[in-house]
Amino acid sequence: MSEETLLTHPAPAVIDLDGLHALVGVLRDRGYCVVGPTRREGAIVYEEIASADELPAGWTEIQEAATYRLERRDDDARFGYPVGPQSWKRWLLPSRVRLWQAHRDAEGRAEFVEDAPPERPFALLGVRSCDLHAIAIQDRVFLEGAYVDRDYSARREGAFLVAVNCGVPGGTCFCASMGTGPRAESGFDLALTEIVGDDHRFVVEVGSDRGADVLEDLMATPATSDDVDAALGVTHEAIARMGRHVESFDLRDLLARNVEHPRFDATAERCLTCGNCTLVCPTCFCTSVDDVNVLETGAAERWRRWDSCYSVDYSYIHGGSVRPSSRARYRQWLTHKFGTWIDQFGTSGCVGCGRCITWCPVGIDVTEELTAIRETDGEVDHANT
Amino acid sequence: MATPARAEAESTTRGPMTPVPYRVVSRAAETADTSTLVLEPLGAPVVPAPGQFNMLYAFGVGEVPISTSAAPDPGGALVHTIRDVGAVSHALVHTEPGTVIGVRGPYGTTWPLEEARGHDLVIVAGGIGLAPLRPAVYHALEHRDEFASVCILLGARTPSDLLFLAELESWRGRFDVELEVTVDTAGEDWHGRVGVVTQLIPRASFDPDSTIALVCGPEIMMTFTARALLERGVPKENIAISMERNMQCGLGHCGHCQLGPVLICRDGPVFWFDAMEPLMEVRGL
Amino acid sequence: MQTLDEIVAVSPTFAGLTQPQLELIAGCARNVGFTQGERLFREGDPADTFYLVRKGRVSLSTHVPARGAVVIETLDPGEIVGWSWLFPPYLWHFDARAVDDLRAVAFDGACLRGKCEADHDLGYELVGRFASVMIDRLQHTRLRLLDIYGDASTS
Repeated sequence: MSEETLLTHPAPAVIDLDGLHALVGVLRDRGYCVVGPTRREGAIVYEEIASADELPAGWTEIQEAATYRLERRDDDARFGYPVGPQSWKRWLLPSRVRLWQAHRDAEGRAEFVEDAPPERPFALLGVRSCDLHAIAIQDRVFLEGAYVDRDYSARREGAFLVAVNCGVPGGTCFCASMGTGPRAESGFDLALTEIVGDDHRFVVEVGSDRGADVLEDLMATPATSDDVDAALGVTHEAIARMGRHVESFDLRDLLARNVEHPRFDATAERCLTCGNCTLVCPTCFCTSVDDVNVLETGAAERWRRWDSCYSVDYSYIHGGSVRPSSRARYRQWLTHKFGTWIDQFGTSGCVGCGRCITWCPVGIDVTEELTAIRETDGEVDHANT
Repeated sequence: MATPARAEAESTTRGPMTPVPYRVVSRAAETADTSTLVLEPLGAPVVPAPGQFNMLYAFGVGEVPISTSAAPDPGGALVHTIRDVGAVSHALVHTEPGTVIGVRGPYGTTWPLEEARGHDLVIVAGGIGLAPLRPAVYHALEHRDEFASVCILLGARTPSDLLFLAELESWRGRFDVELEVTVDTAGEDWHGRVGVVTQLIPRASFDPDSTIALVCGPEIMMTFTARALLERGVPKENIAISMERNMQCGLGHCGHCQLGPVLICRDGPVFWFDAMEPLMEVRGL
Repeated sequence: MQTLDEIVAVSPTFAGLTQPQLELIAGCARNVGFTQGERLFREGDPADTFYLVRKGRVSLSTHVPARGAVVIETLDPGEIVGWSWLFPPYLWHFDARAVDDLRAVAFDGACLRGKCEADHDLGYELVGRFASVMIDRLQHTRLRLLDIYGDASTS
């Protein structure tokens, strides 16, 4: 991570709670669908919000392997928790979206009608540094390859990102190990650092012209050096309280040379191949296509939906699945996320958000897995090879 | 392995998951379960190079990746030889001429015909594997002087599973091409060879030190064929194979076709064997 | 016009044998010819003779009820047809036929077995070479057993 500093061009500002409310209002007035964290059924999720009142004030998350619950804070911080089960891919890469409808007329002429993108652009409020990196990672897949995904591109281009810097990493967080946090450094329009002290205020950094433009509509004052110190202090606190650590050096080569490591078999015995990790992971992007006929209209439709490498038919090719065993599928996920993703897309696939550890029903911990493989580098599973 | 530059789409706003319409001009049965479709464009032309594939869409049924089976046509005419192995290929193989289907492409890397210039070109096809290799054969016959020698080795299950029989006769008739065919089993009316396709390799006339081999067929056939070529001294980095995996998009967006560090739709389907061998050796990778 | 030991010497199976050994083997050999379709030996018959194909092609086949005659292997010039002469009960397991007009060298198996008994060095060489032929055939047969082209009905 670079030497800690706030963005200085333009200079950081400060807003108070009224300013936070105003931010939501300004974004809505400008036509954005504002999506932010809110409490639902015992979790903090990302939903459309109408006002800052809907933020989970005074709540935090307790996270450990296979453990997630909300707890009351002793203050009313609006962003006093790390990340919940959802990530922003719910909005940028929805779990189910129709791509087009097709008609064939009596003469057999065909027309493909693509679906329109969402009417309103999204303003994503409360994007953690890990999730900013996750969005950038998915940008590389969908925008920076030979082909641009139309739906992702439309949602992404219009999206306004308000990052929020972490003061309370979760028990499973390891962004510092992955070089993806805890401080947001780029890729946002505005970044807030919440300071709950004598004054409940937010230090605001501007990351884009769009962000600067919105800031002008808020009653912001210039940040003092105390404000800046307090903001940096939040980050120091977060680094000190990081829940997990993992040596991330040279993971690609480590995993490439340990593809038959016995640890895969051992852990696969615990793995239910439920796919929770792929659902909650902010970078997992695999999708499948459903081509259907709609009887009522006679039209054919193509839908795109989330898929998971943990499902048996994910790798189905005439005759059977290439990865029939849970060992093969668990290995695929882990080695792809931390290793071959780098070969395929030039970055790691992991941002250290810890969701997979929290939401694995049997508590498989990727940091523990990688450490175990590193410590027994070179062992070979002879039974399964 | 080279990927040719994509032709400009007719409409730059058409998303890459949206097919262009093509009409089936003709359908010819090659064997009991395999047919060749000839397609003409109704919109933007799609021009695949040898080794590349298109995603063919059967209305309301689905889409499958199928290699091109003919020389590139700038006008956009397509030829695809399809084996009936699932719901979509079944629908395609039974599509009546005149029907409109959808096409997306072309995708993927090409057979290394440029790199093979000046070399002995050895083409080994197993079963349906001859279909993706036929454009390479056409190129070699059309530009015969670019290669020192051309040797085509074919294997199939039985004589009734051989593809493009009429063309095989014409290829065999050429004096500047060596063509050998073998089948796994046959009836007594078959006077050709009976044996596995790898058995053709020890006796074929090519110089291993100067050979580029193109191999296509079921993965296990390609593995054994590569071994037989290696035994004759053809270096691993001179053997090209065509890989296959589950594909949902062809764009590098859906994740399904990855094999270790590569995406088959983007980095393949044609690969050099030296890069693929370590990946193919890992079960369930 | 090649002598028998010259013919035997250049075949892959016997290449590298010493001149005396080649003469011993050629002593049990004679040139033969078959017309297209003619049978070399029948399944179940005593395996006394084996062949080295010189020109033409030999098919090995068996009869499968309701399927008819199924050819399981063909052998081309330079290849050996038959090893059942080496091992008891010395019976052929398949039919062998000339696919085209055939010229071959026929070897008297009993004669050769006798010479191998008398000269164990020769015996060792022959058994080793035939083992190599059998291994080759086995590997190829195993590959066909894998049914690598796949049956559409099982996909």
